[in-house]
Amino acid sequence: MATTVLDQHGVHAAHGEKTGLWSWLTTVDHKRIGILYGSTAFFFFLLGGLEALLIRIQLMKPDNNFLTPEAYNQLFTMHGTSMIFLAIMPLSAMFFNYMIPLMIGARDVAFPRLNAFSYWVFLLGGLFLNAGFLFGAAPDQGWYGYANLTSRQFSPGANVDFWNMGLQILGVASLAAAVNFFVTIVNMRAKGMTMMRMPMFVWMSFITQILLLLAFPVIAVALILLMFDRFFGTNFFVPAGGGDPLLWQHFFWIFGHPEVYILVLPAFGIISEVLPVFSRKPLFGYAAMVFSGAFIAFLGFGVWSHHMFTTGMGPIADTFFSLATMLIAIPTGVKIFNWMGTIWGGSIQYKTPMYFAIGFIAMFIIGGLSGVMHASPPADLQQNDTYFIVAHFHYVLFGGSIFALTAGAYYWWPKMSGRMLDERLGKLHFWLMLIGFNVTFFPMHFVGLNGMPRRTWTYPAELGFQALNQLETLGAFILFLAFSVFLVNIFKTSRGPRNAPADPWNGATLEWSIPSPPPEWNFQQEPVVHGRDPLWETKRERGGRLPEPAPGTGAGIHIPNPSYWPLVSAIGVAGLFVGIMLVHKTGPWGIIVGVAVLFLGIFNWLFEKGYSEFRTSAPGGH
Amino acid sequence: MHARTAAARRLTGLVPFLVLLALVVAGCNPERYPQTALLPLSDYAKIGDHLQDLTFFWAVGVFVLVEGALLYAIFRFRGRPDDAEPPQIHGNTTIEIIWTLIPALILAAIAVPTVRGIFETNAHPSGDVLKIQVIGHQWWWEFRYPEYNVTTANELHVPVGKTVELLQESADVIHSFWPPRFAGKRDVFPARQTRMWFKADSAGLFPGQCAEFCGIQHARMAFQVRASNPAEFDGWVAHMKTLGPPKPAVAAPAADSIKTASAGATVQGPQAKPQVPQAKADSAAPASQDPEYAKGEQLFKMKGCIGCHSLQAVDAPKGMIGPNLATVGSRAYIAAGWLKNTDENLEHWIREPQTVKKGVLMPNLGVTVEESKALRAYLRAHQ
Repeated sequence: MATTVLDQHGVHAAHGEKTGLWSWLTTVDHKRIGILYGSTAFFFFLLGGLEALLIRIQLMKPDNNFLTPEAYNQLFTMHGTSMIFLAIMPLSAMFFNYMIPLMIGARDVAFPRLNAFSYWVFLLGGLFLNAGFLFGAAPDQGWYGYANLTSRQFSPGANVDFWNMGLQILGVASLAAAVNFFVTIVNMRAKGMTMMRMPMFVWMSFITQILLLLAFPVIAVALILLMFDRFFGTNFFVPAGGGDPLLWQHFFWIFGHPEVYILVLPAFGIISEVLPVFSRKPLFGYAAMVFSGAFIAFLGFGVWSHHMFTTGMGPIADTFFSLATMLIAIPTGVKIFNWMGTIWGGSIQYKTPMYFAIGFIAMFIIGGLSGVMHASPPADLQQNDTYFIVAHFHYVLFGGSIFALTAGAYYWWPKMSGRMLDERLGKLHFWLMLIGFNVTFFPMHFVGLNGMPRRTWTYPAELGFQALNQLETLGAFILFLAFSVFLVNIFKTSRGPRNAPADPWNGATLEWSIPSPPPEWNFQQEPVVHGRDPLWETKRERGGRLPEPAPGTGAGIHIPNPSYWPLVSAIGVAGLFVGIMLVHKTGPWGIIVGVAVLFLGIFNWLFEKGYSEFRTSAPGGH
Repeated sequence: MHARTAAARRLTGLVPFLVLLALVVAGCNPERYPQTALLPLSDYAKIGDHLQDLTFFWAVGVFVLVEGALLYAIFRFRGRPDDAEPPQIHGNTTIEIIWTLIPALILAAIAVPTVRGIFETNAHPSGDVLKIQVIGHQWWWEFRYPEYNVTTANELHVPVGKTVELLQESADVIHSFWPPRFAGKRDVFPARQTRMWFKADSAGLFPGQCAEFCGIQHARMAFQVRASNPAEFDGWVAHMKTLGPPKPAVAAPAADSIKTASAGATVQGPQAKPQVPQAKADSAAPASQDPEYAKGEQLFKMKGCIGCHSLQAVDAPKGMIGPNLATVGSRAYIAAGWLKNTDENLEHWIREPQTVKKGVLMPNLGVTVEESKALRAYLRAHQ
């Protein structure tokens, strides 16, 4: 039964309902939803990357007319918005979905249909946001949408509305998912897995869900106020009507700074899983890692105004936000030192995930240090809104999040697909990405301090920016090549055999104790946990590698039924916002239809039979 | 032995990157960048620059140590799959406390001067201070000198050695005023005043630009700071004070014919002999004698230019949509610090503003080549 080449496909097919479009549209399986999140987010990531490439071509030479200013402004707005909301967040969500239940020894998330709903809302929100391109009216006011440029007076087109409604839709998805994973982690851990035995990825994900729950309502409120300003004539941010555009900045960054940690804490979690496994040594300072993560998240709500030093808040506010920001460097430093302590004295196995994880540490250090540089307001007055900042946050979000997510992709790919990725292509991907990344973003530090502001569609020759910009564009093409290699790797290995064993890396956590890919019910028997590295402990007890596990038959295991009502409800949510956008054309009818569909979806969702025994579940749900 | 050669090979592999790094470092020499923030020319900018140097110093030190330790670890602790399991260390409280405290101490070393810098830069300048109003418009800058009752646009004149305080506001959306050689940026809001100050310590012409995204032509919302010696600055002020409003008596007749319009004495200001050292127009014949000038003057009204642009520096009206043109002829740049103020550029700009700076609030007014030459002549005379 136990062989290294397993064909789970056969096992699934035996149940007769697991293939075809309909099975994906109605799935409530956290693993399939994870794959949907991952593939959708990766598509948007490539789209955002192409937008960046166009931006880099435009900036290759001074006074370039490759792009019009409108096109450039749309592209930089959509690049930022996409990478944050449609790429990095949902790529993290892919791992939340697929890995959290496996790592805590659960058979699914707490609310499987809510999980499907989150995905469908996310997909529709992402498509809605990008739909602006079809009408030549993609968002063009920056991902942070500062008022009062977003008022009807200064942005009469639908551009801002695509952005506003798109983000509101995406916010629904994020909040629903956050509730789901919060409850899952609190309630569904395997027997013996106390909070302080949770894998670090689960811990960091848990903290991320709390951040999402606290930060997203703020942006939702701000977006709704903006929507009322634009559609119903209110003046929350309109100075002529007594409103205050500065209020938007406070709203936005009270959400926006925690958002940075929403993007980067899951990355910290991934790195904290990869480093111990490939160093063959447990994570150094587990408790310190947990508390530093929590402390970073807590402080993250008290530093928002460091994005606003140039607004002139006065010395007291500047001092407070400056010192709070510097304070964040301490727990962040603790994390970096603990990661190095994990490697130190280990027996490092250089597989592709480890390359990316070490690349993450090296790059994230740079982003952290430049962050301390603009925690000092008098210095930040020069750095703010220049390419120095662009360099800084790309070292955090690309050198940090993307490197870590890529490490996670190579690490968990065998578990998710049942196939090993090619190591040589993986390492080629790493080197191209490391070089391309640094060639693109390191010169931005210099070009920024030497006077190049952000969000400018072109620059004059006499300011001297050309040479470094050309270098940056070259780097962007190397990055393009790096991700092409990744695509080739995925494509090539997907045609190969299902050759991934259950535990290819000598893993420490529960997901490696079950077949790759796992059966729909994940664990034939609910695992019992006795320590922080449960699988290592089992292997030690039994004196070495475990035999390839059997997937089991799933007999007697309760599995949620497939359901299309989450999809219907998601269409209702999107329809509601489309209705608001068309309110001046169709009157309230669009909104009414959207709400009706949403109500229909939720009503049927509530009254359908949610669970049945796997073996007896009927295809298609009810 | 084998490990050592492999390591050496890895190091030689680094050579191209070192070469690249050298090129990058060479490309970063701030002298090559007129808009650099790294060569401050005022007391205010030096406060920030000093703090930046301080944090940079610490950042480089931490970078070298931590990345060095990381590099050491990834070479030193390479393992093979069949190696014995390394010692399973879960942590070390003493070390963890040490590496929490050391960053805290470094941050304290940065925080103390930072707080001092915050209070210095936020202080109200006292003593002999020249107040200048900075008004951001989509996509140009208005500078008003209430003390002298004069106004100009896109070229901020400041005296060397005297503190200027900028009182900033926006006419439309949020902008950010950024003259990097003299100060960091300060955002400019509608219906909210922000301030900043600096004392220039060198004379010259230095670029700056808007640093807050403010719409389609945010990239082309630049300006120049002209810092001049006190005598020169006083001369400029004296000259500006002569650029008053046109005399009421010569309110233009309904301009049905350019030819019959009374050329010359309609606008007093521009024809006044500039008294300033940098003025170059002394040798020119009075502009009023130039038929192109007269034609341009008519066109300036007929084409509607006058609806958005004021030509008087003294008592300049507030709330104009376009920049004040009282001294446009002598400015180094046009189109908000974007184009060199050559005759060719000025004519092109007048003819096709939507080609030169797409989305700008000045529409293409159907100005012919001939007309643009006349308008150029007229505006050029506004020194």
